[in-house]
Amino acid sequence: MADKSSSNAYWAANIRTIMIYLVVWFVCSFGFGILLRPMLAGIKIGGTDLGFWFAQQGSILVFLVLNFAYAARMNKLDRQYGVEE
Amino acid sequence: MDQFTLNLLVVGATFVLYFGIAIWARAGSTAEFYAAGGGVHPIANGMATGADWMSAASFISMAGIIAFGGYDTSAYLMGWTGGYVLLAMLLAPYLRKFGKFTVPEFIGDRFYSGSARFIGVLCLLIISITYVIGQMSGVGVAFSRFLEVSNATGLYIGAAVVFAYAVLGGMKGITYTQVAQYIVLIIAYTIPAIFISLQLTGNPIPALGLFSNEVHTGQPLLQTLDQIVTDLGFKSYTEQSDTTLNMFLFTMSLMIGTAGLPHVIVRFFTVPKVSDARSSAGWALVFIALLYLTAPAVAAMARLNLINTFYPNGLTSAPVSMADVETKEELKWVKNWATTGLLKVTDLNGDGLIQYYNDGATALATKLADAKKAGNEAAIAEAQAAFDAKVAETAAKMAEKNPQAADWKGNELTVNNDIMVLANPEIANLPGWVIALVAAGGLAAALSTAAGLLMAISSAVSHDLIKGQLNPGISEKGELLAARISMAVAIAVATWLGLNPPGFAAQTVALAFGVAAATIFPALMMGIFSKRINAQGAIAGMLVGLIVTVVYIFLHKGWFFVADTASYSDSAPMILSIKSTSFGAVGALINFIVAFAVSKATAAPPAHVQDLVESIRIPKGAGVAQSH
Repeated sequence: MADKSSSNAYWAANIRTIMIYLVVWFVCSFGFGILLRPMLAGIKIGGTDLGFWFAQQGSILVFLVLNFAYAARMNKLDRQYGVEE
Repeated sequence: MDQFTLNLLVVGATFVLYFGIAIWARAGSTAEFYAAGGGVHPIANGMATGADWMSAASFISMAGIIAFGGYDTSAYLMGWTGGYVLLAMLLAPYLRKFGKFTVPEFIGDRFYSGSARFIGVLCLLIISITYVIGQMSGVGVAFSRFLEVSNATGLYIGAAVVFAYAVLGGMKGITYTQVAQYIVLIIAYTIPAIFISLQLTGNPIPALGLFSNEVHTGQPLLQTLDQIVTDLGFKSYTEQSDTTLNMFLFTMSLMIGTAGLPHVIVRFFTVPKVSDARSSAGWALVFIALLYLTAPAVAAMARLNLINTFYPNGLTSAPVSMADVETKEELKWVKNWATTGLLKVTDLNGDGLIQYYNDGATALATKLADAKKAGNEAAIAEAQAAFDAKVAETAAKMAEKNPQAADWKGNELTVNNDIMVLANPEIANLPGWVIALVAAGGLAAALSTAAGLLMAISSAVSHDLIKGQLNPGISEKGELLAARISMAVAIAVATWLGLNPPGFAAQTVALAFGVAAATIFPALMMGIFSKRINAQGAIAGMLVGLIVTVVYIFLHKGWFFVADTASYSDSAPMILSIKSTSFGAVGALINFIVAFAVSKATAAPPAHVQDLVESIRIPKGAGVAQSH
């Protein structure tokens, strides 16, 4: 088992990463897709507005990028803090 | 070759494939039965998770719901994919590190309490059994239509098939069978969508076709659709008509409900390493997104095709006639689906034509039907008058655009959401083999999810309940037998409830998501991210979350889904504009608050539990999944 201070630092770095990624997750789905849609109404796309696109497709694409980015970032952190398998 | 033979051949061929794989991969030990020995590659696991996740609701119902609900129903698209972000970051890697087989096992160990584990089992059973019912009715619909048997026979055939490979194969059989099922279902979903997208927009990629120009009018597809639906008195397709509060909470409930579904979470126990659990969530989402990016295109195009079929010469010309439905080959699907009862055509004004529009009187029509059932003459007359007045009002308004509308006596076509995807290739007059393929895909989706759910149910009963609590000394052989018996019982219960559904499948599935969101997700998340949450807090949180959510749903849908015992309805909900389907997120919030408050007032968890939390937070030292 890794020593206590390095695993604490690793956990803190993980929490920071999660916070940042969840902000993106929230803004691109609940934000652009629902709450902020009126603000995006001016940007037209294919007969409707950008908010509709985010609600039906854009958010899903962002989720995909987030999941792979998180996996890559954590693999890096695992090595950096010496807690990899 | 006729359509029936074609269906039989294509569906039969896919079944031979699934059974072949199940026999090839027959499980030996308990470890293999539950978790495929921890040896499933992330990409294969991602596909299997995709098949596990994409149920009859995703494949058969979702596009139909969106087709009739438009923008408001985007919650399904965001909710059922966004949950995988939460899984990847908040649950999957730590549960993999924990290295046991089942969700209740983690709850029991982390909260050092047999009662917590028991509540975990209870929630799991409520979630999974309600979810299986939805699959069983999906299988029933698909089999009855495509094999031309009754709904009940379709259900029996489906139950027998699920029983055979889930019980014989175990998890490993299911994992590889589900990879095959994923491939069948994604091909079946995509091919008709490509055909239809080409017909309507000339774009071979449906996801892009949705935002392209429609070939006949030359203007964007969504704009054409918006215009047509509003001309017929329906709400606009792209505008919001639900309240922002309800849409927000509904999306949130589906998201955290997804992340809290035990049969999905357990998939991440089967990958070799912690890092694989993270990438598996990514791969799962890739394979899910292939369907979910296509679904909104299928929805909009199906809606447009449906309206164009009934108004072949535009909205101001005469629609299709009753005689056309009887004689014309391209309208044969109307008759075929009418026999299942999921599509209804009634010539209310007796002009021989089928007028499809929004008469604004749906609620009044239900009231009228109820009154007729009750048989009170005065009530019938009153309901009839209210219905007629509303219909006349709408007709007068519509007559400004379409002179014939003055003679309309109400909407003459009703189409169930659930048939849109299955009937879509028929509506678009696609070749027979595409129709057969869609049947095979719908069955793959329903069967794979049912099998995954049965695994979760059987492991909860045999591993958590019997081995964990009732009879810890049970032999490995005895445990496997108990797992198989509990699967058989679960199938029997689900089949019976599929024949006598307590409500519509969609309503019961809402219960599953609500409960998962309000119980399992908060318990797991707090168990990982807080060392301070103790047994008392977790138990109180789960119980309160479970009770408020179930009670809120029952108050709106009727106690145990018996319709006339409901005190509120989703059109006039109890709290603000929060529908019963959106309440899971509120239940989750209450769970978090109660768990923190109770934990704060009681003693901290013992040291070995705090060490356990420390250890699941770092990947180092993860072995293969272990039994006790």
